Amino acid sequence: MSEKLLMKGNEAIGKAAIIAGCRYYFGYPITPQSELIEYMAKHLPQTGGTFLQAESEVAAINMVYGAAGAGARVMTSSSSPGVSLKQEGISYIAAAELPCVIVNIMRGGPGLGGIQPGQADYFQATKGGGHGDYHCIVVAPNSAQEMADLTIHAFNVADQYRNPVMILGDGALGQMMEPVAFHDNPLVPVDKPWATTGMGERGKPNNINTLYLEPEALEQVNMKLQQKYQVIQEREVRWETSHTDDAELILVAYGITSRIAFSAMKMARTAGLKVGLFRPITLWPFPKEALANAVTNASAVLTIELSTGQMVEDVNLAIKCSKPVYFQGRTGGMIMSSKDIYEKIVEIFKAERGE
Amino acid sequence: MEGILFAWPQALVDIPTHYCPGCQHGLAHRLVAEVIDELEIQKKTIGVVPVGCSVMADKYFNLDAQEAAHGRAPAVATGIKRVHPDKVVFTYQGDGDIAAIGMAEIVHAAARGEKITTIFINNAIYGMTGGQMAPTTLVNQVTATSPFGRQQSSTGYPIRLSEMLATLDGAKYIARVSVNDPANMNKAKKAIKTAFETQIRGEGFAMVEVLAACPTNWGLSPVNAKRWLEENMLPQFPLGVYKNSAEVK
Amino acid sequence: MPRPVFHEEKCKGCELCLDVCPMGIIVMSQGFNGKGYHPAACVDETKCVGCALCAKSCPDLVIEINE
Repeated sequence: MSEKLLMKGNEAIGKAAIIAGCRYYFGYPITPQSELIEYMAKHLPQTGGTFLQAESEVAAINMVYGAAGAGARVMTSSSSPGVSLKQEGISYIAAAELPCVIVNIMRGGPGLGGIQPGQADYFQATKGGGHGDYHCIVVAPNSAQEMADLTIHAFNVADQYRNPVMILGDGALGQMMEPVAFHDNPLVPVDKPWATTGMGERGKPNNINTLYLEPEALEQVNMKLQQKYQVIQEREVRWETSHTDDAELILVAYGITSRIAFSAMKMARTAGLKVGLFRPITLWPFPKEALANAVTNASAVLTIELSTGQMVEDVNLAIKCSKPVYFQGRTGGMIMSSKDIYEKIVEIFKAERGE
Repeated sequence: MEGILFAWPQALVDIPTHYCPGCQHGLAHRLVAEVIDELEIQKKTIGVVPVGCSVMADKYFNLDAQEAAHGRAPAVATGIKRVHPDKVVFTYQGDGDIAAIGMAEIVHAAARGEKITTIFINNAIYGMTGGQMAPTTLVNQVTATSPFGRQQSSTGYPIRLSEMLATLDGAKYIARVSVNDPANMNKAKKAIKTAFETQIRGEGFAMVEVLAACPTNWGLSPVNAKRWLEENMLPQFPLGVYKNSAEVK
Repeated sequence: MPRPVFHEEKCKGCELCLDVCPMGIIVMSQGFNGKGYHPAACVDETKCVGCALCAKSCPDLVIEINE
């Protein structure tokens, strides 16, 4: 059975989380994700789950650590400055190999910034944010439907790999209302023999910890994590392409920006310019090979972000700087229009053709 | 056990600890473990250990346990207890962990009436990191970061956490005890037992603040550290039960 | 008759047991244990009254009291 509802992106995450079996949510209000915490406050108790507004984002991520360590499917959400606060906790969660979902509905930064959409947390999400050699799996939806679908996917891969998964949305996606189809999702209970549930008849205590004072031991822990990340990089990459086969210019964008880029691409095609769009859906692992393949026959790449340029570095790395990579960005909460992107496309074609 | 008048509790692992000679963490661990044995809750108890000298306490207790980030144990315990409300969840924290970096977490856990038990070891100093000033360091007390003695003009006064948390309605049992002599040790054990029973009865938040000596960082022998505690800490941090909602009934 | 058992290898020489024994029958040994401390020991078990104050004051579970 499935139902189709008109929902805000933030709410779609909430409903999908519950469908995915999330029964514990710890969060703190911050614009522009307050609809999500309010949705969980209203709906989670109705399922027998527990909603708790914590005293800070720091407290919330540590409640997630506790609940995840105790074997639960658990989520927290925040926006950029609040996610900064969570970084210590996320490092601990990754180190202890605990599954959980962390939602960042990005806003303008740095500092207190603004409440309008932004994409300037790409580095924070994909290059750490917290200390140490670890990774969150990072997924970037670009519609309310994907906010829902990727949430269910997030809980599954979190448990599968015992890893934190971050859903990187933005204020535009969070606020926009679109139809979302929800399907039945029969829950397959995941066995967690490592969880702290009370020793019971187990006879041997379970410990969740991240302290390894002997460097030999800590290096081994890191090697184990790296092996896991290698597997994730091989199996969990996701992306989408449009019209890249014959494209001379490939646009690269994610999230809300990818939708604007898609419109610009259509405008360009109508004007006879061969433009394609490559949309990463997992930002970590970044779809390096797929992007490199897509760019093989193109002449140039245009990376578009709501930042001063963060993913553009990964684009260059993925294609090993083999083609010119242009960048277009807005920041502070400003969003470019499809016309802005189209004009940039025209400019690039002129430049590339030596006009 | 037959033929034994005194032996160590089952909830403690029989391995040597890393604690300094005369450190009273060992005493606090044993009292908590004895209470867990007597209440027969070893199989359903989950501990949350802090950052501080007792960061390795999860190896000394024969129970499921999680290590929390510095100060976050009450939040971690909240997460565990909300997932397993039928289990017994306790935090074990030092003075820096609970009253400096973790002040928000403990106040809100108590305010929410979180059904957890907190064992707070107050030795007026930061042990593990080498003897720096703590929120409970006494005025004029010399520490690594108050080498001229704690100056009240600049760094104020020690925090009396038991009195503070007792003002919160969600806190149902708060006591301050000491393990400096056998009589006080008996009272400490009783308080710890009551604190766990408060959780088991589902009443709300319970905390026992245990005054303890840190001979190494106080620069005193263990016996002299005990005397220093008696002369200096007991007047500053009076022993007693600061909240007992069971009495109100 | 109560008999104290000192597991010398665990002792860290803190002397808290000595300080609390009402019969004054605990001393710190001349020799060293494996950790390099002078371990506590009972010099006259016949005088032990089984109060177990020594055991209860020991942070390192060195002392057992048997019957």
